[in-house]
Amino acid sequence: MKNELLEILAKNCRLTNSQIAVMLGVEEKEVAEMIKELEENNIILGYPALIDWEKTDNDTVTAYIEVRVTPQRGRGFDKVAERIYQYPQVTHLSLMSGDYDLFVTVEGKSMKEVALFVAEKLAPIESVLSTSTHFVLKKYKEKGVIFEQKYKDNREAVVL
Amino acid sequence: MNIKKMLCRHITAVPPSGIRKYFDLINEMEDVISLGIGEPDFVTPWNIREEGIYSLEKGYTNYSSNAGAIELRREICRYMERRFNLKYSPEEEVLVTVGGSEAIDLAIRALATIGDEVIIPEPSFVAYKGCTLFAGATPVSLRLKSENEFRLKREDLEKVITGKTKVLILAYPNNPTGAIMQYDDYADIVDFLEDKEIMIISDELYAELTYEGQHVSIANFDQMKDRTIVINGFSKAFAMTGWRIGFVCAHRDIMEQMKKIHQYAVMCAPTTAQYAAIEALKNSDDEVADMVKEYNRRRRLVLNGFRGIGLDCFEPKGAFYVFPDIRKTGMTSDEFCERLLMEEKVLMVPGNAFGECGEGFVRATYATSTENLTEAIKRTGRFLSRI
Ligand SMILES: Cc1ncc(COP(=O)(O)O)c(C=O)c1O
Repeated sequence: MKNELLEILAKNCRLTNSQIAVMLGVEEKEVAEMIKELEENNIILGYPALIDWEKTDNDTVTAYIEVRVTPQRGRGFDKVAERIYQYPQVTHLSLMSGDYDLFVTVEGKSMKEVALFVAEKLAPIESVLSTSTHFVLKKYKEKGVIFEQKYKDNREAVVL
Repeated sequence: MNIKKMLCRHITAVPPSGIRKYFDLINEMEDVISLGIGEPDFVTPWNIREEGIYSLEKGYTNYSSNAGAIELRREICRYMERRFNLKYSPEEEVLVTVGGSEAIDLAIRALATIGDEVIIPEPSFVAYKGCTLFAGATPVSLRLKSENEFRLKREDLEKVITGKTKVLILAYPNNPTGAIMQYDDYADIVDFLEDKEIMIISDELYAELTYEGQHVSIANFDQMKDRTIVINGFSKAFAMTGWRIGFVCAHRDIMEQMKKIHQYAVMCAPTTAQYAAIEALKNSDDEVADMVKEYNRRRRLVLNGFRGIGLDCFEPKGAFYVFPDIRKTGMTSDEFCERLLMEEKVLMVPGNAFGECGEGFVRATYATSTENLTEAIKRTGRFLSRI
């Protein structure tokens, strides 16, 4: 039940509790309680909207940055990760397997701003060995949603 | 020459579909929410589409064997056993058809002709009656009752059986009512039919879309298996309506006759669709489960919504239709649908399009987005509070 609730919210968190309750075939109160519990247990962490900033006049540049670091004795990668994710420009940070260690997403108003952030903040961090910055040119799909696609009913009226 | 006089009488005698006029109307209107179309709003899952594309890239553009690619027939047999506990031989008892639609036509033509009666429990999908008439046989309407949630009851069957009865058509989960039949419902019917020489055509296109318990086929009863033609397909469960592919399983003696008609009428089902269908059966259980889950949520949403605005509605447990009772509005099904369309731009289909006993009901499909459904419920509620 909780998983199904999460699936529903992951797709559209603006449904009301009563709509969700009907979809799941349970009482509204139960939905409210489940959500509260999921929030308290940090399973639901937030409800951000998925936005195609390209279509707005709010210029945003996104860069994906591969970072190689030396892990610190006793702390592994956590310490350096913490130093990095504290920056508000960093919108995403993961520890990776493979050629590099940390995968960082940085957003800024311009390429220059992002480049400066990397040069002045990220690269100089003590345990950072190297960075490799990739700017996003166009987003096709994020969180399961295709950007250039609108739900449109193309079905012909047929007799059946 | 008067061409009309040259036309075949038992074709011209069949009236055109009553729903057509609504479709002509909505083609000229903007902003209509259609709960009128009986097909999935999902696009065929990508892995299935991709297999179709690959098959074209590889140049598989020839006819397949008449009965359908043997690899597909094998997958169909595995699927029927895995999902519905029905065993068939891929070589002799399966035929790949141009949709369940072709299978319906083949099954009726292989069994019934002039002088034979075909029992059609109504309200029902529109093709059975048409195909029966085209075959020269006589359709006999059996009125299903809303108080039985449109399940077939032994008493109702007893009343329409005559010495000429040749075929009984079963179609659960049902279009247009959303009704299902469970094991006990069938047990009664099986008991009654056992010593009678009556064949069964069971259209199970919506089998996967069963929201309570497991889908049961009348062919699951051993004593019925040989005399039942089971029709299933890909259109509804795998969201593959436009591919035009389905299948039919039956005893080899029936199959031989159906194959003849199929051979001469269509040769074989579309080859591209057959390759896609193999992928559908092999690797799409999760995709199907996700779609079923989504339909189920919408089903609850619509049922609750309709009841909330004062429509009487029994709980449909299969397919993707609700079939509310509109009698207390004082309108006929036709008036209701026409006014709802003109005044609130919501399209539902009048129940009498599915047989006379559907009068007083309307069919609404929930195979459309949650946003559309929510808006349609709102508009219908506004309509009801005004009349
Ligand atoms: C009950 C039933 N059977 C058969 C069909 C035919 O489906 P297809 O020919 O697409 O397989 C439909 C389509 O609406 C249906 O509702």
